[in-house]
Amino acid sequence: MAQNDSGFVGWFAELGLADRPQVGGKGGSLGELERAGIAVPPGFVVKTAAFEQFLAAAEQEAPIRARVAALDPEDLAGVTALSRQLRARVHAAPLPPDISAAIERAYTRLNAQQQAAVAVRSSATTEDAADASFAGLQDTYLWVRSLEQTLDKVRSCWGSLYSVESITYRRRHGFAEADVAMAVVVQTMVDARTAGVMFTRSPLTGDRSVMAIEGSWGLGSAVVGGEVTPDRWVIGKITGEISVREISNKQICHVPLTEGGIESVEVPEARRHTACMSDEELQALRAIGRKVERHYGRPQDIEWAVDRHSGAILLLQSRPETVWSSKEAAPVDRPAADPSLHVLKIFGGSR
Amino acid sequence: MDMPTKPKQFPLPSSLKVVPGTESAQAAYPYYTQFEPADDQRFWFYNSMHFPEPMSAFDMVTAEAAYCALGASNTRVHCLPTTLGIDHRIINGRVYIGGNAVTDPQEIARRLEEFKQRAFYYYANWERLYAQWREKMMGLITAAQELPKPQLPEFEPLANVHAGVGIAANHRLLDTYQKTLEGYFRMWHHHFEFLLLGYGAYLTFFDFCKKAFPEITDQTIARMVAGIEAEIFRPDDELRRLARCAVELGVDAHFGKRLSANELIATLQTQGQSGLAWLKELEVSRHPWFNINVGDGFYHYHRAWNDDLSMPFASLPDYIQRVKDGESLHRPVEKLLAERQQLIEDYRELLTTGEERAAYDQMITLAHRVFPYVEGHKFYCEHWYTNLFFNKIREFGALLAEHGFFADAEDVFHLTHYELESAIIDLMTAWSNGSAPRGPGRWPGIVAERRAAIREWAKHETPPALGVVPDVIDDPAIVMLWGITRESLDAWLSTGADADPNELKGFAACRGVVEGTARIVKSVDEISRLQKGDILVCQVTNPTWAPIFSKISAAVSDIGGSMSHAAIVAREYGLPAVVGTGNGTSRIKDGQRIRVDGGRGIVTILQ
Repeated sequence: MAQNDSGFVGWFAELGLADRPQVGGKGGSLGELERAGIAVPPGFVVKTAAFEQFLAAAEQEAPIRARVAALDPEDLAGVTALSRQLRARVHAAPLPPDISAAIERAYTRLNAQQQAAVAVRSSATTEDAADASFAGLQDTYLWVRSLEQTLDKVRSCWGSLYSVESITYRRRHGFAEADVAMAVVVQTMVDARTAGVMFTRSPLTGDRSVMAIEGSWGLGSAVVGGEVTPDRWVIGKITGEISVREISNKQICHVPLTEGGIESVEVPEARRHTACMSDEELQALRAIGRKVERHYGRPQDIEWAVDRHSGAILLLQSRPETVWSSKEAAPVDRPAADPSLHVLKIFGGSR
Repeated sequence: MDMPTKPKQFPLPSSLKVVPGTESAQAAYPYYTQFEPADDQRFWFYNSMHFPEPMSAFDMVTAEAAYCALGASNTRVHCLPTTLGIDHRIINGRVYIGGNAVTDPQEIARRLEEFKQRAFYYYANWERLYAQWREKMMGLITAAQELPKPQLPEFEPLANVHAGVGIAANHRLLDTYQKTLEGYFRMWHHHFEFLLLGYGAYLTFFDFCKKAFPEITDQTIARMVAGIEAEIFRPDDELRRLARCAVELGVDAHFGKRLSANELIATLQTQGQSGLAWLKELEVSRHPWFNINVGDGFYHYHRAWNDDLSMPFASLPDYIQRVKDGESLHRPVEKLLAERQQLIEDYRELLTTGEERAAYDQMITLAHRVFPYVEGHKFYCEHWYTNLFFNKIREFGALLAEHGFFADAEDVFHLTHYELESAIIDLMTAWSNGSAPRGPGRWPGIVAERRAAIREWAKHETPPALGVVPDVIDDPAIVMLWGITRESLDAWLSTGADADPNELKGFAACRGVVEGTARIVKSVDEISRLQKGDILVCQVTNPTWAPIFSKISAAVSDIGGSMSHAAIVAREYGLPAVVGTGNGTSRIKDGQRIRVDGGRGIVTILQ
């Protein structure tokens, strides 16, 4: 990598959560995971500085941020019209040569190591900050198979900051446009045998002593997108005891296409009712989940995949769990002046 | 569905009929245990946990003595705020019980003040009082061991006469009998001195964990509290030790020859120093650890290992093989203790506030304080002392048989304890007068009739509960000891109509999923039918079954909660188990293929 590339590009191992203003929520999280010793698919982040330089050039032709800031979020027609216009402009504008060169060098280095397709994922700076719901609003492109396509998808990710949903969300929540920038994660695709999600606390009861794991055959997009009913397990975080085992009828799975992208195919009858994870793999995933949760000090919402070739379990993403964490739970109990008083909960008839 | 809705009620006691032809056997049970019309107003359930088979007339003393002591402890000694004692009724040899809840708020408040002064004192001084308890129990056991064997010599021994003893052998007979009975009733008071307080403290921690960790399994909580060196593990530990001794001494080959226990002992006596050395080790283990019976202490025919060595010896060949295969068979006590501590700390770490952690610390400390008693008392009470008690009654049976009252000493157990005293007085009187006792003309016929009645009763199913289901089961004694809740009663009622006929639900005792052939074992005599890999389906298990746990692949019981001995022992041996299915032994047919999911508490009949 050329010396000056580090202004535009950062490798996961160099990054952490503190770098989020430069690499966005997703990029910071992946860097943080790799630093914590958690296996993630290798990759780099196109930093916000690249976006800012690109945007500054575009702003010189015609204003962008000021026009977005002036929008009324309830004016759907106005938002839609501006969104279409801005996305087209971002996608059509040329990349400044130094940025393009930096991405090319990083891409080559990544591909020299892996000989594989990449995922190009938006990583906005507001992501995971005020409200994680914002995270899902920007684009992700899977199975991108060439440099040219990669550069194209980087611009598409930048453009997705100006999608109708994203603009509306920012305006409704009053985010300052100047504070919103877009980094882009470029990372090796995992050809997943099995993939899914994991919550390091129960989504049903908020219980922090169990983890819920959902998974299905093939790429995780089928699970995340709700196109398949995944297998489901509840596993004791500490004991490893698998208390719930629901093996579902997994009719379809997502697989990569050689020309790029993914397709949905039918799962052979014999594999539909077969558990997509072995108990050993579930235990390995539990250990990873515990490590991540300990690292962050709070329950996590994780996307994971099992590499079809190596069998390695890789994390694609880890975010703080938000549903239960935002509830202010009453304390289960308080210490008593005399410990014996606790038994009145049993003997006092108030059970 | 146009099926009529099933009424949410069990049959009334008055609708339960004595099996025709057994009326006089039924009438033998004391008047205060017979159902009466007013009992229709109350809720009763069949205590199949303790009394899974029809009870003989004498064995009913076990219910009577136990409920006398349980009630005294709850009602009068510790003054539990919301519950008094438990009434019992007997029909067709089955024991039904009903709790007496306290519901008046003023009365609860009044009892609460008493409770605090009593129970809290026990919690605060637990270790000292429990050490004192063990001394009392050992004193009681020693006194029972020292009771003389009942006998009637033709003439009073000359030495007694010269010593001026002044009382004759027939009086000693009555004295010994009354002391035997008195000691047994006393033992039950000791049994309940700590029991409810112990279970209550454990459940306090249990409830905290269920609130803090709604999806935690019962067995995980039990593992945080369970003792590592509890008495209930000792008998099986001793068998493992004896297996190691046999290999070390080089006498192991004799154990694979399918000899009876007596033949084996006779053989070892001819094997020089090593054979004698092993037999010496056997004696060390037997006293006291083979004073464990193959039941729960409620049936005279559940004999102790010491009285019938075939049960412990049956598991020695397997243990010996494992030693030869390189297993140490040692329980890694240090490691288990460290694991328990780690478990407690890991769960503690998951709590969110310092206050919660402080409350957790208080509750786990209290649970650990009470638990040695909860796990340990049964060895002294239901096993060791109870064996001494039944064996003393057996000696009276032998004496009465010798004098023609019975054909066999065991017949004595068909008399109630009142009737037995009358038979003893009959014999005393006859001996003193030099006349013939009246008993030989009276008892053989009655015994035959009662034996037939028990056989008949065993053929009939009995309802799991009687009377109107209360809206809430808020009686801590019932919930703690029998694990019965409104939900479990509803499950009993729903059996049939809407439930999956091939699925049984119970308590998850030990995780693991296993499929295999079901073996219905209704009595200890049937244990030999179990083949390697079978799934044991029984009414209740206890620690003496532990040796066969290495042979079976899973266990299912009709009765028991996550605190039952079946559950504790299953966890110890890592055997998938579902306990408290209610009616597993009647719904599952012998030889059927079943699946046991010990983590979810579900048994599925696969056919």
